[in-house]
Amino acid sequence: MIPAAFEYVRVDSADAAIAQLVAHGDDAKILAGGHSLVPLLKLRLASPSVLVDVGRVKDLSYIRDAGDHVAIGAMTRHHDVEHSALLAEHVSLLPAVAVHVGDSQVRHRGTIGGSIAHGDPASDLPSAILALGGTIVARGPKGERTIAAADFFQGFLTTALAADELLTEIRVPKITGAKSNYQKFNRRAQDWAIVGVAAFRHGNTCGVALTNMASSPVRASGVEAALAGGASLADAAAHAAEGTSAPSDLNASSEYREHLVRVLTRRALEACS
Amino acid sequence: MTVNGQAQSHDVEARTLLVHYIREACGLTGTNIGCDTSSCGACTVHLDGEAVKSCTILAPQADGTAITTIEGLAAADGTLHPMQESFRQNHGLQCGYCTPGMVMASISLLKENPSPSEEEVRLGLEGNLCRCTGYHNIVKAVLALATDK
Repeated sequence: MIPAAFEYVRVDSADAAIAQLVAHGDDAKILAGGHSLVPLLKLRLASPSVLVDVGRVKDLSYIRDAGDHVAIGAMTRHHDVEHSALLAEHVSLLPAVAVHVGDSQVRHRGTIGGSIAHGDPASDLPSAILALGGTIVARGPKGERTIAAADFFQGFLTTALAADELLTEIRVPKITGAKSNYQKFNRRAQDWAIVGVAAFRHGNTCGVALTNMASSPVRASGVEAALAGGASLADAAAHAAEGTSAPSDLNASSEYREHLVRVLTRRALEACS
Repeated sequence: MTVNGQAQSHDVEARTLLVHYIREACGLTGTNIGCDTSSCGACTVHLDGEAVKSCTILAPQADGTAITTIEGLAAADGTLHPMQESFRQNHGLQCGYCTPGMVMASISLLKENPSPSEEEVRLGLEGNLCRCTGYHNIVKAVLALATDK
């Protein structure tokens, strides 16, 4: 499979990338690690006329202690999230989820920014960022703005990013000492989640978000509220399908997904306890 | 870019995939194309020392990097790389189609984790599909080169 022809522009800074986005508007697409975009190009589900490659923008690749939160550069690869000692200590959910993305070859190339900006409800990291109450930093020609994860994911492959904005950073609050778990249910190795549950618990604080239970990742507010109200793990998990609109497809009916999400939520909560 | 230590420079369309660049522009056909959807791992090569799927990278993305393919592993006198030899000794292949990718992924795996458990080997190779061996002897070949914990 060969992508449709495009103009390829390699930039060496975030500002240069934004200038390209301003110049080309909707015709341009940012290329990071390429592990969401290149498959779409090959299937010709996407055919942008200009690809802006930010792969060499070194100052977008970092994992930094920023006081009450950890800041992760958009070009940080899944492999580096998976092996980060800083994240393991303060935001253990992220490495726990990153290790489930694709396979080791994919994690060597794919980036957290690319995965978040792609906005696929079946991919793993968006629900982790949502469960953690993370923030997405977007930079455009008028400067920088921050978007709460809850407002960022708007629908299938649709996010709050404007056509002239570049996702530059992801911020996740420190929850030092939290126990985290990701339950990913799929039939084949390295596949997308049929259903996924990202959860962390720390004392009375908890966060639970769901992969592939709607057209964007869903926060399991019913489960969180039940836990906060002192419900048992099993009783809390029974609320997992509330507020979801699970798709029916080749892999599973929506009813089956609703069943799965309750079971997986219970398992995730048990693993966090 | 360099491929197996040799400088390679070709004018290609921006949409050229790295695997096509390696096979067609460089003439190195040891790297196979299997699924063409970043699932099977037959096209695995090393980019700056790490295993990647060359069907999911555009050739211009790899501009300036060092690529190693299966052809770049054996010594000049034909002595096999230890991983190639281990696959041979353990009969880690039948038809051979997945083998170049398996070998490249296995070398990358041991570089990152020199003493993996059997489970870690199986997980580490989840991005490579083999339809003949049932994986058993491939895992054995990798474990044979693992250093003791």
